[in-house]
Amino acid sequence: MSKTLFEKIWDRHVVKTIDGGPSVFYIDRHFIHEVTSPQAFKGLQQRELPVFRPKRVVATADHNVPTINQHLPIKEELSRLQVEQLKKNCAAFGVELYGLGHPYQGIVHVIGPELGITQPGMTIVCGDSHTSTHGAFGTIAFGIGTSEVEMVLATQCLMQAKPKLMRINVEGNLNKGVYAKDIILYIISKISASGATGYAVEYAGSAIRNLSMEARMTICNMSIEMGARCGMIAPDDTTFNYIKGREFAPKADAWEKALADWKTLKSDADAVFDHELHIRAEDIEPMITYGTNPGMGTGITGHVPALNEIDERERPSFEKSLNYMGLQPGEQIKGKKVDYVFIGSCTNSRIEDLRMVASFVKGKKKADNVEVWVVPGSKQVEKQAMEEGIHQVFAEAGFMLRQPGCSACLGMNEDKIPAGKYCISTSNRNFEGRQGPGARTMLASPLMAAAAAITGKITDVRELI
Amino acid sequence: MGKSIDIVESTAVPITIENIDTDQIIPARFLKATTREGFGKNLFRDWRFENGDDQKPKKDFPLNNPVYSGKILIAGKNFGCGSSREHAAWAIKDYGFDVVVSSFFADIFKNNALNNFLLPVLVSEEFLQQLFNAVEKNPAVFIKVNLGEQFIEISDTGARASFDINSYKKACLLNGYDDIDYLISMKPEIEAYEHTHA
Ligand code: SF4
Repeated sequence: MSKTLFEKIWDRHVVKTIDGGPSVFYIDRHFIHEVTSPQAFKGLQQRELPVFRPKRVVATADHNVPTINQHLPIKEELSRLQVEQLKKNCAAFGVELYGLGHPYQGIVHVIGPELGITQPGMTIVCGDSHTSTHGAFGTIAFGIGTSEVEMVLATQCLMQAKPKLMRINVEGNLNKGVYAKDIILYIISKISASGATGYAVEYAGSAIRNLSMEARMTICNMSIEMGARCGMIAPDDTTFNYIKGREFAPKADAWEKALADWKTLKSDADAVFDHELHIRAEDIEPMITYGTNPGMGTGITGHVPALNEIDERERPSFEKSLNYMGLQPGEQIKGKKVDYVFIGSCTNSRIEDLRMVASFVKGKKKADNVEVWVVPGSKQVEKQAMEEGIHQVFAEAGFMLRQPGCSACLGMNEDKIPAGKYCISTSNRNFEGRQGPGARTMLASPLMAAAAAITGKITDVRELI
Repeated sequence: MGKSIDIVESTAVPITIENIDTDQIIPARFLKATTREGFGKNLFRDWRFENGDDQKPKKDFPLNNPVYSGKILIAGKNFGCGSSREHAAWAIKDYGFDVVVSSFFADIFKNNALNNFLLPVLVSEEFLQQLFNAVEKNPAVFIKVNLGEQFIEISDTGARASFDINSYKKACLLNGYDDIDYLISMKPEIEAYEHTHA
């Protein structure tokens, strides 16, 4: 019988199916971080249970860490306690921790792939919704809550119901100045912030095939922003070349064996999906969001919808959102002044993102009215940026290169955007208060963010390249 | 935290806003705790208080409106989207709600709610409107949620809708079982699986 990529991986991981209920589903890799794990470890202690398979668990500190002076003790008391608690828990339960100061430390969804821990065919979970990022390697990867973190620590399994399956095909060639971030923001703007709820999404088509691994991660990362359970892309030579030689990738004979298996991981030609979408790459412009969910976005030449373009029932929420953003219905977004530029987060903080931004800003200077933060996704990205001289390009442009962490993506540390200020951000969420109470976030690609940094206002990057 | 749910009969608090994400339910800066308790006081923190100051409640926010109270939260569609933080379910439960009604729930939130004996009740867009109208007209109206028989009813009009719930999850909620207890009991099967799938 023909199967989809999702079904092939799913079937391999079902330990048992309960009649009329969910399946006991085996998890290959479990990433944990300081914010969503303490209560789970506490639960284990109360039940007097060990971690069932500590070798399958990897920990890092990312959400709460400062991005300057990481060698000093964390100033903020509660953040420090949480990071220390993670350290204690990992030591007590035998879990590998890439904590502050470790050369592998970084945002959980950046380090898994770059260390070769994330491999095709795996099931991967983390107490973090952007776990969908790892689907770029042909894995079933999804975010879970803390009770589920506890379940996986205790048994390496979860109770899971099989989701419906959707395939999104993006065919054709991308226009100049259009990147992976624009593809995914475009898709979400078309199907809305809840358009894929209940589905596992496979991205396919020539435009996806032509993307680098970093770009594929950007796309899968934001699957959750349209409600999808997970996003995935079938592994191919791009995937295999990326993984080969990385720290935890299979070596020698194990590599050959793994490769032979990975090559079978694709949807069969006649596999059936519950829903299919077709998107023409040519239709996509550089994107920008204007509202307070990632579905509220438009091409840069577009405008904020006028009231009569919005369904009557949805108007109160729409108006609340624009009110928060300080924007008017029907308004053009291009040309709006920005105050902050944030280049970072698990969506766009990989070395490829930093390289792209550096090659664009080389020889240019930021506008006086903006503050620009570049936050690398990991220690390894930071190191590579130094080796390639990217830090110098940023210094000359007036961009501040900080140390790795989630930073202003969620403003849990000191990196907050002040109330009422506009920030063009390469992260994944423009929710109210996400980057700090009252902060106004506009999501865009790294190049759109860099263009705004140079001009001080929302700019069509195509005019500068 | 209350374990097991069957019938909840109570007045309700309506929040008509759509796409309420978990960052609104509990902002990130309150996620620094290492226990599950005490999140209720920061539920909807930035919508509830001026400049985050808990001495200055925003009058127009339903949680601050004295006419509304009860164990049932009724919210606009796509409730609980965004971050997977279970703290959102903890905050709602800790505040005193046992049921959340909406016309659409985000996946992860729904799982988190069920794992905390907070019942997500999915109704049609039309019935959600009926609920909003009923509570707006008469904030003292009782809403009855019957998990065993899977229906929700507006007491004064008798308007009723049935709702779906997975039979396994229903049994867990009615009997106060956790997934984790079941999974732990499955360890022999899990080890057998590991042997054949090494
Ligand atoms: S960078 Fe942002 S979205 Fe990614 S894991 Fe950190 S907080 Fe979550």
